[in-house]
Formats: sequence, structure tokens, C-alpha cells
Amino acid sequence: MQKNVLGGLKEYESKLNTIWTQLLLERGSTDGATEEEESKEFTSLFLEAIKLGGNSTDLNSQEFDKLYDLLTGISISRAKRGFSPRETGQYIISFKEAASKILSEIESEPAALYAANLELSTIVDNLTIMTFESFLKGREDVIARQTEEISEISTPVIRVWEGVVALPIIGTLDSSRTQIVMENLLQQIVDTGSSIAILDISGVPAVDSLVAQHLIKTVSATRLMGAECIISGIRPEIAQTVVHLGIDLTGIVTKATLASALQTAFEMLQLTVVKRK
Amino acid sequence: MAITKNRSMMITATNKVEIAIVREQDVVPLRNRVKDYGVKAGMSILNQTKLITATSELVRNLLKYGGGGKVLVEEVNNGRDKGVRATFIDNGPGIADIDLAMKDGYSTGKSLGLGLPGTKRLVNEFDIKTEMGVGTTVTIIKWKNG
Repeated sequence: MQKNVLGGLKEYESKLNTIWTQLLLERGSTDGATEEEESKEFTSLFLEAIKLGGNSTDLNSQEFDKLYDLLTGISISRAKRGFSPRETGQYIISFKEAASKILSEIESEPAALYAANLELSTIVDNLTIMTFESFLKGREDVIARQTEEISEISTPVIRVWEGVVALPIIGTLDSSRTQIVMENLLQQIVDTGSSIAILDISGVPAVDSLVAQHLIKTVSATRLMGAECIISGIRPEIAQTVVHLGIDLTGIVTKATLASALQTAFEMLQLTVVKRK
Repeated sequence: MAITKNRSMMITATNKVEIAIVREQDVVPLRNRVKDYGVKAGMSILNQTKLITATSELVRNLLKYGGGGKVLVEEVNNGRDKGVRATFIDNGPGIADIDLAMKDGYSTGKSLGLGLPGTKRLVNEFDIKTEMGVGTTVTIIKWKNG
């Protein structure tokens, strides 16, 4: 059994923290006080894991569990606070440097020092990889949340007049989007007691047969609710493309602009807009 | 079996890109890429829209029936006109009856059945090759003034 040089770090815990913090400050990969606690906890858990017998031969052993949990947390929180991957990588790599510095002070025999450094490297490198995995996961969580937010805010149902709701669609109308659009629209028809719904597709870049099919379904569902549906915002190029594709929209009231759709809605409701004398 | 709508002449192709399509989320980036090519070729808004719509149809087929695949996009030039060529390649089950698939209103899925015949009307050149159990390749060209 070789001498446990790495375990010797335990006695130098506060010094290790000092050197590490200093390295981090020099490199600007920390935002100061908030992280000092985390770093201290990390050091103590790391040393604890070594003491319990964690070593490079089994990096998935349970001695490391607590350390991994903490590191995952640090990494995800860094991702959310907008640190760059480089800064997060530096964070963990600086720890290795600090530990290595102390090792060279406490061990003078080259072979033992080399072995200890190798051990340290293997363990910390694995931690670095983990850091990146969780960092990416943190970023992906952010993206997933934003995607969800976008799909929610991008389908607002606007009450434009008593009995008339409008729904501007911007972007691509895929299956999941149609589902949200349809749910929102039908719910609003019930909530507001509207009899006319205007679906504005000015912001839809292309109407292919799938989008058209989604539109037709939305119109049918609206009609089943007892309301009439008008599709507005059909640009000239969209109209020509739809004709070439051979999509039949004859059963649907369509208008070029939202203004003319609103006018049609007024006519249906037998309302007139009069200029004041 | 193959169906071709092709007034073939010497065509030179440049700036080829290959885009992998595995999820529905890949559709929009592809469409934007194809649009950039269309703009670069100097297409009118109408022709851009036709090209994008055709791309959209074919890439949806590629996902739905072919289980994903890849799309090659290139600038093409026949000496008279500039254009965009897109090739949609999948390793799916292939199309059993291609004449039926090219007919308006026929669909094995629950769609409108306008994808393939509609696309053919939107582009200038259309070529489809399919082999059962091997896959399907569809090539389209939209010319700037087509």
C-alpha cells in the first residue's frame, strides 16, 4: 500500500482554501463572497471523500456522492447566473492547481509526489467532466424553459370587440403549437362568449399542407363551438403558393388584412362604424 | 421507380451544405437556410415562398415517413439562370406505389395528401427515386425566374 499523500492534504484545508480563492480571484472566475462558502464546502467534501477511501480506481464509488451532488449544484447555478464554460472550467481546474501546490510542499520524494499528483489529476479531471455535463444541463434547462415561455406568450388571444376575439399567429405553426393555439382560442370563446374568432397569419412565414390542415382543423373546432372563424393576413405570395399546392380553403372565410376581417366581423354582428358629424 | 420533371441541361452546383434532419425542431433552421440560398440567387418573394413551402412539405415527409434523414442544399447555375437545388434523402421504407403517391388527395397518413403533387407544382424540376426497404430520394430545383 502506497503512502496516502493525498490524505495529508486534510491538515492544510484552510491553506488550500486560501490558495484556491486567490487563484480564482486572480483569474476573475468567481463573483466573490457568495462562492466562498461553496468553495469551502467543496474542499471539505473533497477531503472527506479522500479520507473515506475514495480513489481514482473507482470514480463512481459512494464516497464521492456528496461531492458530486454539491458540484452539480454549483455548476448548474453558475450556468444560470451566466458564467462562461471557461470560467466554470477554471473554477475546478484552479482547485487542482492549489492542491498540487500544497502537495509539492508536503511531499519531497519525487515518486510519491508524482503518484499523488496523478491521483489528484484523475479525480479532479473526472470532476471537471461532470462539471461540464451539469453546466450544459443547466443551460439546456434554461433553453427548455425559454422555449416553453415563447410558445405561451406567442399565442395571445385578444378581445378586439364585444363578441370578437383575435389571435395573431407568429412563427411556424407546428403540431404542438396548433394544440396550444386551439386550446387558447376555444377557451377564450367560452370565457368571453364571443361568436367570431379572427385567426391572423400575417406572421406565419409559409403555409404548407400541414399548416393548412391545422388551420382547417382549428376552424372546424371553432364552428363546433358555435362561433365563426375568419382567417386574415393572407399575403399575395401565400395565396399563390396555397393555390399551387392545391389546398382547398373555399369553405373558410379568408381576408387579406386584419382590418378587413374586423370589418367582416362587424357586418356579421350587424354593427356599423360611423364617422361622427 | 422514378418520376422526373426535368428539362435537363448542363448544371453547375456550388456551396453545398448537408443538414441532418432528425426532429421536428430541425425543420425551421433548414427552411431558413434554404431561404438564404433563395435570397442569394436573387429570387422574388413569391419564388422564395414557393421554394420554402416545397422544402417544408418534403422535409415533413422525410420526418414522418422516412424517419429522418438528411438534406443537401446547393446553389445551381445553368448558364442562363441561377437557382437552388435541394436533395432530400431518407433510409425509410420507401414508397410502394409512386404513381398513387403523386396523386392529389392520396395519403397513407392522415394528411391532406397534397405534399408530393403540390410540391411538384411549386418547383421547376422534381425528381423522385424510391426503393422499397432502401429509402427515398427527392431532388427539387427552383430557378430564380422559374
